[in-house]
Amino acid sequence: MLADKDRIFTNIYGFQPWNLKSAQARGDWDKTVDLMKRGQDAIIEEIKASGLRGRGGAGFPTGLKWSFMPKEPRADRPSFLVINADESEPGSCKDREIIRHDPHKLIEGALIAGFAMRARAAYIYIRGEFIREAETLFAAVQEAYDAGLLGKNAAKSGYDFDVFVHRGAGAYICGEETAMIESLEGKKGQPRLKPPFPAGAGLYGCPTTVNNVESIAVVPTILRRGASWFSSFGRENNKGTKLFQISGHVERPCVVEEEMSIPFRELIDKHCGGIRGGWDNLLAVIPGGSSVPLVPAAEIMDAPMDFDGLKAVGSGLGTAAAIVMDKSTDVVQAISRISYFYKHESCGQCTPCREGTGWMWRVMERLRTGDADISEIDTLFDVTKQVEGHTICALGDAAAWPIQGLIKHFRPEIERRIHENGGALEAAE
Amino acid sequence: MADAPQIPDEAETRARWGAFAWTAENADKAKGVIARYPAGRQRSAVMPLLDLAQRQVGAETQTQGWLPVPVIEYVASQLEMPFIRAYEVATFYTMYNMAPVGRYHVQVCGTTPCLLRGSDDVMAACKNRGMVKGKTTPDGLFTLTEVECMGTCTNAPMVQINDDNYEDLDFDRTAAILDALAAGETPKAGTQLADRHTSEPQGGPTTLVEMVKANHDYRKAW
Repeated sequence: MLADKDRIFTNIYGFQPWNLKSAQARGDWDKTVDLMKRGQDAIIEEIKASGLRGRGGAGFPTGLKWSFMPKEPRADRPSFLVINADESEPGSCKDREIIRHDPHKLIEGALIAGFAMRARAAYIYIRGEFIREAETLFAAVQEAYDAGLLGKNAAKSGYDFDVFVHRGAGAYICGEETAMIESLEGKKGQPRLKPPFPAGAGLYGCPTTVNNVESIAVVPTILRRGASWFSSFGRENNKGTKLFQISGHVERPCVVEEEMSIPFRELIDKHCGGIRGGWDNLLAVIPGGSSVPLVPAAEIMDAPMDFDGLKAVGSGLGTAAAIVMDKSTDVVQAISRISYFYKHESCGQCTPCREGTGWMWRVMERLRTGDADISEIDTLFDVTKQVEGHTICALGDAAAWPIQGLIKHFRPEIERRIHENGGALEAAE
Repeated sequence: MADAPQIPDEAETRARWGAFAWTAENADKAKGVIARYPAGRQRSAVMPLLDLAQRQVGAETQTQGWLPVPVIEYVASQLEMPFIRAYEVATFYTMYNMAPVGRYHVQVCGTTPCLLRGSDDVMAACKNRGMVKGKTTPDGLFTLTEVECMGTCTNAPMVQINDDNYEDLDFDRTAAILDALAAGETPKAGTQLADRHTSEPQGGPTTLVEMVKANHDYRKAW
């Protein structure tokens, strides 16, 4: 188990105040200027060496992403850092804990990351429903300004940098980076076609990098303790510590920072008091937030919780939000509710997603009650394949994968319901 | 969005809200909001200003607030953007109410992590008080909405009522919160479990135990 001294988010549960003074006593904003004096390229190299991969779901190497930003931004085309705090993926609830309990890690990270990528300012896009969390974040940013840590000559570094908070208003799709940029520009959040990528033309047409809250908030600690410290945790290509969020049918759901690659069983036994009703009662787990396929009990139990380990069992780490389902779960209903989520959250821009998410949900609801024909299972699978990969953003894929996972692993259960429902359809044949 | 309510009658709305203008306090706030964005990019402020306007309408009507068309027009004209672009934003995002709501907007999360932990019981407690999904109770006290994942999954099931979350619910705890609100009280926000603080495991954290009592500095052990 990860030692407490190696946890980055020491106030994650908010037992102590979030304010600047308390955060400084825990080590935040400690000689930030010295970290910045190492120079922009050195910081990017250190983050690359640490093996940090984006914590928002896609897992793109963070340092590499920063290196795509222009080295010499033009005065009329400043660079921007946009921090994605639009945490809306079902199962995910880690950024909220960082923002309301350890906001100064995020703000200090914003300054350092913004400096490293030569950005003029950072916009933190926080989901609208995080109302109290946003109040804390606004107050924490103000504290940083009042202490001279942001603004002109931020933290006495000689670098001018602003941090602004922007609240969303209830749209999952704004977690997609180009939809987020549209939303920041005061439009409805509909994803843009790529290219151009945000590093070329993002917010206001200027070079922009979008990073997840956790990716930015871990940066100051990585620089203080060194890339080799961070990369001493986790397997090759899956380095570091990570905030895991375990919800559903465990004895004690929680958010906890652990070493990457921790086996699923160890994570649950150490921090969640085990599966409700014991390990024999485990049915399946959605290991990375609702967008990834579920994994049946036998395959997940000893899987390492990291990018590659979960890919190997046909799923993904996503945001490291494990949704645990025991044998009392109506698994078809559980996935159908996710289908409803995607229907609700489709932005309506691409036809396969706009029409497909609703269609898939309606069929899922019939499969839930068994009011369907066996052949419709294959039809549904075909439709998920037509949605997947045929939309501008990944919401179409995210809507398709949970259903594909269900059919792959629980087809007999779906067929059983159809047979039990009575074969009104079969009798007619 | 898909389940959008009927937009109220235009003439009535215009008679009531046609003269909408910021209060002095909100006029100041609006200026501060616009200053967060680069010059000439004031349109970026449309979301925060619509939120501010909805809150002002709420304060005037003793409800959570909503966005009558003339109010959206007012915001659009301040930002020098076409009305339809602001209207497009107001109708796209779920947190803008396009029709009046009650004093308390009861938003029950029904997405899978909450579903697994008993959001049906939370919904049942609401219905038991006479609430109907998508409607306001006749006394104007409660509007019930089922919402999508609120990002509180390790404290499921939960409900957000106006600006506060109530977490780790069941039927009885939900009923107690609704009773308290109806009685004009302010129930404790956050988790409703006595032996839980926030998102740590119930009964006490398995990590970082020193932090419970004091602001521990772990750097000494680096």
